[in-house]
Amino acid sequence: MADNTSPTVPAAKKPGLEERLMSLLDDRKRRYPVYAILILGTLLVPSIGDNYVLEILSNSFFYIVLCLGLNIVVGYAGLLDLGYAAFFAVGAYTTGILTSHYGWNFWLTIPAALVFAIIAGVIIGGPTLRLRSDYLAIVTLGFGEITRIVARNLKDITGGPSGLIGISRPSFFGLELNQIHHYYYAFFILVLLAIFASYRLQHSRLGRAWQYVREDEDAAEAMGIDRVAIKLYAYVIGAVFAGVAGCFFAAKMTAISPDSFQFMQSATILMAVVLGGMGKIPGMVVGALSLVLFPEVFREIGSMRMLVFGVVLIAMMIFRPQGIWPERRN
Amino acid sequence: MVILHVNDLTLKFGGLDVIDRLSFDVEEGAIVSLIGPNGAGKTSVFNCLTGFYRANAGDIRFQGQSIMRLKPHRITKKGMARTFQNLRLFKNMTVLENVMSGMHCRTTVGALGAILHTPRQHLEEAEIHTVAEECLDFVGIRDHKDRLARNLPYGDQRRVEWARALATRPKLLLFDEPAAGLNYDEKERLMDLIRRIRADLKITIFLIEHDMGLVMRISEKVVVIDYGKKIAEGNCDDVQCDPKVIEAYLGKEDEEGN
Repeated sequence: MADNTSPTVPAAKKPGLEERLMSLLDDRKRRYPVYAILILGTLLVPSIGDNYVLEILSNSFFYIVLCLGLNIVVGYAGLLDLGYAAFFAVGAYTTGILTSHYGWNFWLTIPAALVFAIIAGVIIGGPTLRLRSDYLAIVTLGFGEITRIVARNLKDITGGPSGLIGISRPSFFGLELNQIHHYYYAFFILVLLAIFASYRLQHSRLGRAWQYVREDEDAAEAMGIDRVAIKLYAYVIGAVFAGVAGCFFAAKMTAISPDSFQFMQSATILMAVVLGGMGKIPGMVVGALSLVLFPEVFREIGSMRMLVFGVVLIAMMIFRPQGIWPERRN
Repeated sequence: MVILHVNDLTLKFGGLDVIDRLSFDVEEGAIVSLIGPNGAGKTSVFNCLTGFYRANAGDIRFQGQSIMRLKPHRITKKGMARTFQNLRLFKNMTVLENVMSGMHCRTTVGALGAILHTPRQHLEEAEIHTVAEECLDFVGIRDHKDRLARNLPYGDQRRVEWARALATRPKLLLFDEPAAGLNYDEKERLMDLIRRIRADLKITIFLIEHDMGLVMRISEKVVVIDYGKKIAEGNCDDVQCDPKVIEAYLGKEDEEGN
């Protein structure tokens, strides 16, 4: 019987600090109070924090949702995607165009963005997911850039390089969402939904199928799993996460331009996923938070901070390539 | 009744004929072996049957339907499962999860069902668990179900592969060298298992094996190939006396036949 939480079992190696910290959370009974405290604490932040703090945290929440979405593609299904910003652009532009050109209600643009994200996922994923690893990465990079350049050049619809401005604010039961704490809560709800959906997907028939394909494509195929279809499934669900996040991004910023969806955006999200620990939900939260918070916390050291950040990232990849909170199995 | 009918199957790698106009039948409910010297093309035949290689010519009919152009997952769904010569387990997953993979093609719930936990999803998950545990029970490693596949001893890893193939609920099971690396006791149990699979689960068995003792003891029919061509076919006694077979194995018979 391997029971890693029990201290009475004489282990060959003394558990380090990390193992002990992690094993604290292995027990469900201890885990739920921790979650409750975290959620309660997050809900109370707007009553004590200033706008700056709320802005940074909303931004982190937004990245957490994107990371959770990309995690389905990269972490669960094991596909390297360098063009993830394309899907978030699809969501943001759907909301932007439908509200400003056609006067749609914000909430109605979400299902529309869902549909467009799915279509974009199928269009990009359909032909590319037959490729393996490196080739797939290059092709997704290409599609990511195509999406941005299309947005730049379809002047009449997307507003061209200057983008769309004056996207109307959504209202929620008569309350216009125009304060930062409104978006703080909105993104927090998105985070909770994304975590919930990720968790349930991970522990489902589909989640297992992604892992089978990640572990051994041929064996998975021999077991009757259509590897192209199952990868496309992951890709489309990842697109949906980004699409919905994009809707709220457009509403919060009230202005979007192609520059928000550059390759660096995709690279940043991927970096947070790898940094946090691919395939692990808490890892995505930690990864996104550290990516957004680090440059803010070290703002005093000025332009040096990105250099320090780079060094920290390199050190991470050398000493802890599996990420801050990796998938752990005993 | 013939469950698998192979007619003039030809596979070329560049200019090399890996399989050359090979024809044979596997009768429903039989235990049939495919044997031949190293490099004769046995695994290539398996790969063609299961859709991993696309044959250049000929026809493969499974339960009366041609499966020549189908992808591996479609063939598995039609009821033909396989094991691999070199173990191909999902090493970082538990034994139970490995075996659950076989049920994927027999279930349908998608993302929405998974997120919302619909009643159908509950039923399916329960069914997947039940079938997987039954299969583990059948091969006798249910006790190890929560261990990671890679932590199991070799002989048990083989059994995980068999259970996983059984979980696809096949009509025809293809074993690629199931006895490789097994000790005497494990081979005895393997033979017993193969007989039970046929008797209890009504599954037809087609296997590649190097252990002649094992092949001769359990097969009702043996197909012998060399350089991709069939050189003999028939019951064990006839094949063993066939001069062509003796010639193909000459000099190797002792070590192969242990």
